Amino acid sequence: MAETVKTGAAAGVHDDANRRDFLFMLAGAAGAVGAGSVAWPFISSMNPAADTLALSSTEVSLAPIQEGQAITVKWRGKATFVRRRTKAEIDEAAKVPLKDLPDPQADSARVKKPEWLIVVGVCTHLGCIPLGTKQGEPRGDYGGWFCPCHGSHYDTSGRIRKGPAPLNLAVPPYAFVTDTTIKIG
Amino acid sequence: MSATPGSSSSPLMNNKLVKWFDERLPLVSTMQHAGMEYPTPKNLSYWWNFGSLAGFMLVVMIVTGIFLAMHYTPHVDYAFASVERIMRDVNYGWLIRYIHMNGASMFFIVVYIHVFRGLYYGSYKSPREVLWWLGIVILLLMMATAFMGYVLPWGQMSFWGATVITNLFSAFPFVGDFIVTLLWGGFAVDNPTLNRFFSLHYLLPFVIAAVVFLHIWALHTTKSNNPLGIEVSGPQDSIPFHPYYTVKDLYGIAVFLIFYAMFVFFAPNVLGDVANYIEANPLQTPAHIVPEWYFLPYYAILRSIPDKLLGVIAMFGSLLILFLLPWLDTSRVRSARFRPIYKWVFWLFVLDCVALTWAGAKPPEGLPLWVARIGTFYYFAHFFVVMPVIGFIERPLALPKSISTPVLAGGKA
Repeated sequence: MAETVKTGAAAGVHDDANRRDFLFMLAGAAGAVGAGSVAWPFISSMNPAADTLALSSTEVSLAPIQEGQAITVKWRGKATFVRRRTKAEIDEAAKVPLKDLPDPQADSARVKKPEWLIVVGVCTHLGCIPLGTKQGEPRGDYGGWFCPCHGSHYDTSGRIRKGPAPLNLAVPPYAFVTDTTIKIG
Repeated sequence: MSATPGSSSSPLMNNKLVKWFDERLPLVSTMQHAGMEYPTPKNLSYWWNFGSLAGFMLVVMIVTGIFLAMHYTPHVDYAFASVERIMRDVNYGWLIRYIHMNGASMFFIVVYIHVFRGLYYGSYKSPREVLWWLGIVILLLMMATAFMGYVLPWGQMSFWGATVITNLFSAFPFVGDFIVTLLWGGFAVDNPTLNRFFSLHYLLPFVIAAVVFLHIWALHTTKSNNPLGIEVSGPQDSIPFHPYYTVKDLYGIAVFLIFYAMFVFFAPNVLGDVANYIEANPLQTPAHIVPEWYFLPYYAILRSIPDKLLGVIAMFGSLLILFLLPWLDTSRVRSARFRPIYKWVFWLFVLDCVALTWAGAKPPEGLPLWVARIGTFYYFAHFFVVMPVIGFIERPLALPKSISTPVLAGGKA
């Protein structure tokens, strides 16, 4: 290297240094692009595979669910609650002032038909499944769900009312295929 | 310019934090001595690229293998389907599997060239015997790893390859059947076998990495051999590993990657057997069963001897004999460049290995069987007769005084 620099001095050191810097940065940039394009397929391979994504919708028959009952179905590997609400529960959910809610959202924005509440049964705190779907389970202070892990209370619209959870239970994308069948996802 | 080992005047060591850490655990200075300052003979040819290429392949195999293991299921009912899922459904799963699958072949190509380089230039001779032994240990571990990896997709060749290779051990008297049952974990190759092969296939590469560490340690203790086969006689004969050989090794990796990528992208299955895309069927053996190409010479040796036990002994012996080579070669000159007879004998041995590879791929009858028999005979004759004898009868050419002599008059820079 010492020899090269000496020859460079004869021709003008400044030019030579610029050429070196340029080549060095060019090689570095090409190396970075190369490393990135090698890393990407490996990172991507850890994302859901095609067959996993293909299982992303679930059909549910509503016919067997009586008023006041709820069921748990599995959608994308997660518990999802389908609840047929009573008149009283619908009214209670509708009349809560939005300013009383940690995550303000009107009940009407969370349902397609007021009778049917469909929410992802994963507590927005740290992912446990709240109790209250099965008969006899505690439903918390607001008649919806109660998460046993860290004491979050959800109301009859699945909205967070009390406890550490920051958000309402999520409403998954779903559509009524017929009057008695929904397709989640 | 030339950094000598032990000097710690590099810019990195001027950093106070680095210095503080290094005084407590000399990680940085050790890496500098081993990976940068390491005085390397200045006359290494491109044949010396294959060591670093082998190290590169080990990393490629471990990385791709870890990602494949995230998607693979080691169970006889799901293994084949999980590999097909990797090929069809997992994002870039086809790419990762083809890199891994062809990587095994690339690893063996690189390592075989590395071994033949050592044979040609006498890299196994004193004082590098332990370095050579560790290399053979790596080769043996690689073979075990490759064999068990080939079983994992649970295709027809996986299953029947596993059956044949494990049955080799039944040749040993008295303990044979006991060993085979122990390997299988049952009474045939089945789910317990697949489970333990997966476990060991995941383990052994890390054992290889540990032995590679010892191999490099031994290398840095005895220093690199070189095309002249004479020792470095002073600082004028060597250059620091970095940047001279790091950049040369990187260039070699770039060229090698072109070759490797050709297989991965354009001919990913030419080195494999189509029968392995048929799910394993324990009730039907394929009509013609052959191992992967890198096992063919040993397979030819196994089949050339018409006795079960002797065939198995010859096959294992063909590898174990390499351990004795430093003493079977009686010549004091390392490099074949100065050995007028060995130079030709070496190529005859290469030809013998190629012939055995060819014969190993054919059914054992007619011409291939005779090629295998003559080839096996010569293989052992090379080590037991030719190598000891030519050391005595050969008149080596005069060795240069130093590495610098052939290029610089007087050998002084």
